[in-house]
Parts: sequence; C-alpha cells; structure tokens
Amino acid sequence: MMPSKVVPLKEISRVELVSKGHNGCPGCGMCISLRQALKGLGKNTVLAIPAGCVPVVAGGPLPLAGLSVPTILCSFDATGAFIAGIEAALDLKGRKKGVNVVGFAGDGGTADIGIQALSGAFERRHDIIYICYDNEAYMNTGIQRSGTTPYGAWTTTTPVGSLKHFKRESKKDMPRIVAAHNPRYVATASIAFPGDFIGKIKRATELGGPSYIHVHSPCPVGWRFPPDKTIEIARLAVLTGMWRLFEIEDGQYRLTLKVPKRKPVAEYLKLQGRFRHLTPADIEEIQREVDKLWEAQPA
Amino acid sequence: MMEQLTRSGNEAAALGAKLSRAEVIAAYPITPSTFIVEYLAQYIADGELKAKLINVESEHSAMSACIGASLAGARTFTATSSQGLALMHEMLHWAVGARTPVVMAVGNRALAPPWNLYANHQDSIAQRDTGWIEFYCENNQEVLDTIIQAYKVAEDKRVLLPAMVCLDGFILTHTRERVDVPPQDAVDEYLPPYRPEHFVIDFDRPLTENVIVTPAWYMEYQYQLEVAMRNAREVIREANRDFAKKFNRDWGGLVDSYFMEDAEVAIMAMGTIAGTARVAVREMRKAGHKVGLIKLRAFRPFPIEEIRKLGSQLKVLAVIDRNCVFGSGGASCIEAQSALYSIPNRPKVLGFIAGLGGKDVGVESIKYILNKALKVSETGRVEREVEWVNLVGGE
Repeated sequence: MMPSKVVPLKEISRVELVSKGHNGCPGCGMCISLRQALKGLGKNTVLAIPAGCVPVVAGGPLPLAGLSVPTILCSFDATGAFIAGIEAALDLKGRKKGVNVVGFAGDGGTADIGIQALSGAFERRHDIIYICYDNEAYMNTGIQRSGTTPYGAWTTTTPVGSLKHFKRESKKDMPRIVAAHNPRYVATASIAFPGDFIGKIKRATELGGPSYIHVHSPCPVGWRFPPDKTIEIARLAVLTGMWRLFEIEDGQYRLTLKVPKRKPVAEYLKLQGRFRHLTPADIEEIQREVDKLWEAQPA
Repeated sequence: MMEQLTRSGNEAAALGAKLSRAEVIAAYPITPSTFIVEYLAQYIADGELKAKLINVESEHSAMSACIGASLAGARTFTATSSQGLALMHEMLHWAVGARTPVVMAVGNRALAPPWNLYANHQDSIAQRDTGWIEFYCENNQEVLDTIIQAYKVAEDKRVLLPAMVCLDGFILTHTRERVDVPPQDAVDEYLPPYRPEHFVIDFDRPLTENVIVTPAWYMEYQYQLEVAMRNAREVIREANRDFAKKFNRDWGGLVDSYFMEDAEVAIMAMGTIAGTARVAVREMRKAGHKVGLIKLRAFRPFPIEEIRKLGSQLKVLAVIDRNCVFGSGGASCIEAQSALYSIPNRPKVLGFIAGLGGKDVGVESIKYILNKALKVSETGRVEREVEWVNLVGGE
C-alpha cells in the first residue's frame, strides 16, 4: 500500500475551479469541500452533482453556473448510475484516459436516497470517484435529519419537545458501508486538513476507481454556529475524535492523522446550537460512545 | 433453416438495437422484456456488437446511466416493462429535459396489483406526458424496423427527444414470426453515427448541463420541448419515407390506414390489436360493409393531422384501447376525440376498453365493436360512449 501524501499548503494548486461570487451561504463547509476537491482533481474532471446544496451553488440559476469543469446536474437518487454511464461512454469512445469522472453528493444523496445507485456502481467497479460532502442533515431543504445526522442533534424533523428530544439514532457509517464493497480506495477527510484531503483526492485519481471520499463539511446554518467558526468546528470534530481521518487502500486500513490526546467531545458540541439542549448526562453518553469506538479501532 | 428466419419480438428489438450500433446499454431484468438485453449481452460477448453493457441494480439506474452515457456522447439503449417502466418515471423526465435521444424498447405489461405479466398498455400510457416519443408495433418486423427509425427521429436536431418502441408483452415479445434482417451497411447508410452538438465534454470550454433556472426561463425550456414534439411529426413521416425507399417496407409514418379510401365506419387501434382488426375489417368488407382500420403507430406525438383527415370522412370512429384512463375511457380514444372536436364534419366517437392484462381480443370482438359502430352510423344515436368489452360479469 502506498499511503496518500499530505500536500503541503504551498504546493496546493492556485487554480480556482469554483467561481467567485457563487450562491453559497457565508462559511459554507460544502463550498470549501468543493473548492479543495477540485484543487486535487484538476480541470480534466467531469462532475455530476445531484440535488442538494451543491447545485444551488454551482448549477445556477442560469446564467450563474459556477464551475470551470464540465458539470452535469443529475437526479437526487442516481449519482452513482449517472457517473457509471458517463464513465462507460467515455471509455467506449476512447476518451477516458486522464479524465476523472466524479460524483459530488451530499449525505442525503449518498447515505439515504442515493445509496442503491452508489452501491451498484461500486459493485460493478466503475472507474469513478465518489465524493460525499457530509453536513449531517438535509440542509438545502432546511435542516431535516438524514442517515448521517449524529446522535443527539436537533434538526427540524428531530425537534426538541416536551416528550421527545433530538435524534436518537447514531450516524450511519457510510465509509465502512462503501468499504464493504472492496473498492480500490476509501478515505475520510476534513476541510480543516486540506493537505490531507487533497492528498487523498490525488491518491484516488492515481489509483483508478472505484474510489470513495467522505469529507466532513460543517454547515453554519444547520449546525447553528457563526460563519467564521466553520474550520474551527471541523478541526474540533477531528481533535475530539468525533470524526476520524483514515484511508483504506485495497482493503488495508490506515489512520492518516494520529490524535495523541483527544479533546473532550464537549468542546466540539458546545459550539453548536444543534446540541444546545444536551444535558451533561447526554454529553457523557456521547463521550462514552466515542471512547468505545476508538478502543475498538485503535490507530 | 426456417427456424433461423423466425424471430421473437424480443430478438427483433435486440437486433434493431444492434443494427443501430447502440454503444451503451444499461438495463435491469424484467419480464417480458428480459430477453432483449440477454440477446444484446450475447452479441457483445460474441464480438458482434461493440458496446458497453451496464448491468445496473434497478430500472431507475438503467435510465440514469443511459442519460449519463448519452450526455457523454454515446448512442444508448435500454429495455423494460411494467413496474420497471414505472420505477423509471422520474428519469424519463430527465432524459427529455436533458434532450438525450435514448431509445428504449418497452415490452408492454400490466401493472400490479393484482399481479399479471401479460399485455397491457397502461405502463407506457402512464408515461405519455413525460415528453417521450411513443411508437406501438403490430408485429416483430415492425419492432426491428421501428427501433432503427426511432434513433433516426430521436437524434434529429429538430427533435432531440428520447423514444420508446412498444411491443405487446408475450403476444410479440415471446412469439416468433418471420423477420427480415436488413444488412448492416444499409442500416449504417440510413442511420449515421450519433454526434451530439448540444452537449460536448470539453475541458477547455466547460459547460454545465441541466442548470437550475428561474421561472422565466423554465417556461422557455418547456416550450422548446413542445416545439420538438411538434417537429417530431414531420420527422417521423420523413424517417418512414426514407426507410421505405431504402428497405422497401412502409409502416405509414404516424398512422397506417387499411381500407380507409371509402370507409364510413372505422376502428382505431394500437399494437397487436391492429393486426387482428385487419382480419375483421377484411371479413366485414367481404360482407359488404364500408369499414376500415386506422392503426395508430405513434401515440406521442399524436397524429392530429392524419386523424382529422381520416376522421372527416367517417360517420363513426370506434376506438379500442388496451389501457384505461380511469373514469374517462381509453387514452387514444380521448386523444382522438380531442383531435376531432374542431373539424366541421366530425364523426361520432365510441370508446372500447379491451384486452387488459393480456385478455384475448379476437376477430369476433372486433366485429362486435364494428357492428355496434355500424348501428350508431344508421341511427345516429350514441347510447354509450365507453364500453368494456368481454367482461366476465358484464358491465
């Protein structure tokens, strides 16, 4: 196994493939994910983007489409199948060499409605890269729970009321679900560690697919924090152990960022309005779950 | 040797796609159209067809993959039936809006529940407002020929709409008939390779396809679909004329008429029922009745001009539908009524629902309908606008 190389900041491409003045919210984690991903992918990339925040930012409204790579907006539920079709056609036409066929989808479009098409495409081993930007809820429709919403989070469909509070189920583990398909490459990433993220993107482009990268993308609107805190919160997710940076190449697992002394999860949770209602006992419960996970899967 | 000359409708459809040099085929198995993709898989495995077969995990993904491949420049094909077509519904709209000339064979089959595998047009009729061109075939030769013509129409710059070619489940899909397979070079002359101009993957001049638009623009886009569908009428007639010239088989374009020169009463039908109706019309002609047949070959776009022209000479038009718009009658009957409403000498229109779920529609059933129509032509009185034929319990 050739581990991915962290790209030093000064070596990150200065070419901007996401237009300035797009429609994203201030502090949007998805926009940062998209910008960083495209810096790793480069301009020879065909991008398919399903419903979610990303088409709103990058797909219009006409004439404001904002990406400098060929982009196809696709249906919410079929990103995997769309890029499979694109890849097959380019291959048949002899136009695939040096081209990245990439799906860039949110957590709902990946872990919920899009999981079937994703699974099919990975099982058939298409030469594709699938990037999931995980903002942990349906943000484009106004903060409804998704399969990757973490335990304890408030959303508009897991509200805090007198009888019932917050999401009671834990986060769907998409990277491990994809890893069960035995793809060439699976990795997690964080926008607070761009060198690591872009290095993983580059590794995926070198290997040929299918590859999957799951990037944690905080959402100021949905997570209830000020827009200047996005990177700080993304970093805390990693430093508290609530988001783990790893890669699996041809079945071999490697932690890509060692966290020698994890910070308490409370430091991550307390900055976000979506966890405001949690009692000390709730936070202790979350801490226990995180500790258990790290004990089960040490570095 | 005779065996080699006979083909099932499914094989005819697969041969049509092969002769059209389909490049990306994405499909999911469903009865009764499964064999179409099995044949294509075998052609690819034997090196007879240079194409990519994507064995997707659902019909929804089949259409999605076809759209992606079409946008990336490939000629695409798929086949489905019934529940599978219903599952595709969302993506049928995407294929139209993205202006991808996907061609699809539909082995018409009833929708559940109750479960039934046999011929019924409800599955494709339910897709009539998606913007797909819809052809209905009478026999296996027409299936093969229509798939080739469908590409010619769908890829025409004046159209750029996807097209489905419908064949009655089991009655055609699983029944062998003699089929003449045209030589590849002749088909190549008729149907040049697909070269999209509306969407091109160019990394130095990147385009965004299927953009988000404001209300002002959405309506303009929809109007372009309307224009494309209207244009399709003439393009279908042209494609048929050119095909007839080259291959010596004329399917009539949007409609085929039989004994219509001096007919006063006519039956209108789609698919295999039209074949049975030919026999009934011939026999009733022998008995001295001035009856004729209008075979609807294209249901979308609906052949308004042809129906008006043929309808203006009639006293009664009896329309038989293997589908039902519940509460209103058969879909093609409603379309015919709508097309005929504004002409000065419009005939009386009678609607008949028959053959649902593969129920047999024999010559006697057609004669029963024509006799009803003849009676109305004499009395001028319509007692019943829509009748269900051959119900066990009666209506």
